[in-house]
Amino acid sequence: MKPAAFKYIAAQSLEHALTLKAEYGDEAKFLAGGQSLVPAMNLRVAQPGVLVDLNPITGLDFVGLRINEGLGIEDWGLTTIPNPQSLILHIGAMTRYRTLERSAEIAAQCPLLHETMPHVAHPQIRNRGTLGGNLAHADPASELPVVMLVLNAQFKAQSVRGERWIAARDFFTTIFTTALAADEMLTEIAIPLSTDSDAGRTRTCFMEIARRRGDYAMMGVATSITLNAAGVCTNAKLGYLNAGDTPILATQAAQTLIGQVIGDDHIRAAAAIAHDEIQPPGNIHASVAFQRHLAGVLTRRAIKEILEFRF
Amino acid sequence: MKDLHTITTTVNGKTYTREAESRMLLSDFIRHELGLTGTHVGCEYGVCGACTILYDGHPTRSCLTLAVQANNHTIETVEGLTTDPNKLHPLQQSFQDAHGLQCGYCTPGILMTMKAFLAENPNPSETEVREALSGNLCRCTGYQHIVDAILRMKDEG
Repeated sequence: MKPAAFKYIAAQSLEHALTLKAEYGDEAKFLAGGQSLVPAMNLRVAQPGVLVDLNPITGLDFVGLRINEGLGIEDWGLTTIPNPQSLILHIGAMTRYRTLERSAEIAAQCPLLHETMPHVAHPQIRNRGTLGGNLAHADPASELPVVMLVLNAQFKAQSVRGERWIAARDFFTTIFTTALAADEMLTEIAIPLSTDSDAGRTRTCFMEIARRRGDYAMMGVATSITLNAAGVCTNAKLGYLNAGDTPILATQAAQTLIGQVIGDDHIRAAAAIAHDEIQPPGNIHASVAFQRHLAGVLTRRAIKEILEFRF
Repeated sequence: MKDLHTITTTVNGKTYTREAESRMLLSDFIRHELGLTGTHVGCEYGVCGACTILYDGHPTRSCLTLAVQANNHTIETVEGLTTDPNKLHPLQQSFQDAHGLQCGYCTPGILMTMKAFLAENPNPSETEVREALSGNLCRCTGYQHIVDAILRMKDEG
């Protein structure tokens, strides 16, 4: 229950950290909050040769709203690409959960993320854990990857070679694996914010079921529904955690809602399709069948919650 | 070849300088290098909360923190709650009065978690107390008397 030996280097700047990662590649791991990596090291599941500690670096923890600068991103994965006036929420990769949880800007502008934060582990873990560390860890049972998927987040990857933006849907490639190259660091998360307009209003909901508060959830759903002025659903996203090798979007289930004035029949149909569409792994705490059952229940609850209370 | 680092850290107001291997956990550093054995070690993977200390004022798992990460940071352990051996910290006194512990193994972690929680939220509801306690396991009490002890702090201002 103690880590294997490794070489520890406290990064003094982002450039320093990127230079070290370029030098050591896969042999090195970045240490962000350490709330997933250090337990894995204690259990010897992870035995990195080099640990590059990002905590001494300043300037990687921030929460800020900026007018869409384009970011060079052509495809935001949205039905409407953010226009020049739309707001983007920028979050530094080393921003800790406690900061996200307490951010008035996030509470006001990104309610899905705000609602999700108290479900992430325990207060002590949230004091140290970081958004970037969580996403780069790519645990499909974690809450934040699926929330980022539903929010159409974009992730900035930096290396000594330069920088690029990766869409959340392309970032999580399989369990504990991302599209980051061996020399890249996730440095920033950009979330396009929806604003109410004649074209549509978007409302969201996060729900999960865990055996005990703070444990890994047996199933969880992040949901986003957009209605136009006539009350017709123009966009819907149903995202599931612990439902496959990556966070999963049930696109067929969501399709049953789009174009409809959503009623009970549509909700039941979406839940039934989501039940079959996801690929939960099952474990000692919840069988595959039970996980699917929970997904159906949560799908119904979340859609009803949004339609009845959040518009 | 050992990867050794010089660590200067302030624990309970006292500054220590020690040499430690990078693989040493902060929990072991506090117990074995500094001799402060009030911080207990349970699961060593962040689940039980027994090793919770205050790291720069925030409750943190010392088993998920490397000793080298304490360099130039401030730590507070259960030994720092009171300097007078004959007088308990009000939170400790409340635990005694409400019978908030049995074997006591989880207690140091709970005290450090609750010290910070009450500083931020001095008038909590029972639900908030239970939420704040969620990261600390106790296998003796069933939590009822722990919750009572914390709620008594509110009553006594």
